[in-house]
Amino acid sequence: MATSLHSCRRSAADNVVFSLTPEPIHPGALDGVAGSGDGGIAVFYGIVRDRSHDGSAVSSLWYEAHEAMAIREFEAIAAEARERFGDVRLAIVHRVGEVRAGDISVAVLAAAPHRGPAFDACRYAIDELKRRAAIWKQERRSDGTAEWRAGA
Amino acid sequence: MRVRVLAFAQLRELLGAHEQMLELGPNASIADAWAQLAARHRGLDDERASTRAARNGAIAGFDEELRDGDELALLPPVGGG
Repeated sequence: MATSLHSCRRSAADNVVFSLTPEPIHPGALDGVAGSGDGGIAVFYGIVRDRSHDGSAVSSLWYEAHEAMAIREFEAIAAEARERFGDVRLAIVHRVGEVRAGDISVAVLAAAPHRGPAFDACRYAIDELKRRAAIWKQERRSDGTAEWRAGA
Repeated sequence: MRVRVLAFAQLRELLGAHEQMLELGPNASIADAWAQLAARHRGLDDERASTRAARNGAIAGFDEELRDGDELALLPPVGGG
């Protein structure tokens, strides 16, 4: 089983994309997931904040993942979203490595025939990803200190 | 038998490596692997309560037995997003 702190894998099945990448995520990276029958796309971008919970300045977040487990969790979350919300297509891409304040750390796209399931599936996917996926982050502050941060 | 241990985040820092090979006796469990690591790495046992283990990519109880060639991943509380 290939596992790496800096790895990228794309798995395409039923027009969905799940990946981890050390490269910058650009808005629109997940375009193409929607089908011709989709009437709405909901997108969530997670951005690295420049302030910590205690107000101290954050320079970057460092992300690492168990790649195979994280991708499998993305796939499981997408399957659950289809059970809950019906005909939706999900795509998830998450950064690994160092992500500077202001940059995108995660993008979730949900496409569906109507807006309701698209919004619902997008919200479900980002909430469950944060709770379950085998991804870890370390907050790196401008004063040189660093702290591993678990949970949402 | 030999297993490949993967550690992440604060556990990676404590063990000093993302990946290492561990030599274990026959029928060793995940708990046995942990004990061997904890004997070598001060402070590891403090992380035990919050650590989950995965055997070959699937979450496993610490009483689960390992097999030669297994991947044992040690997972602190996750924090993606």
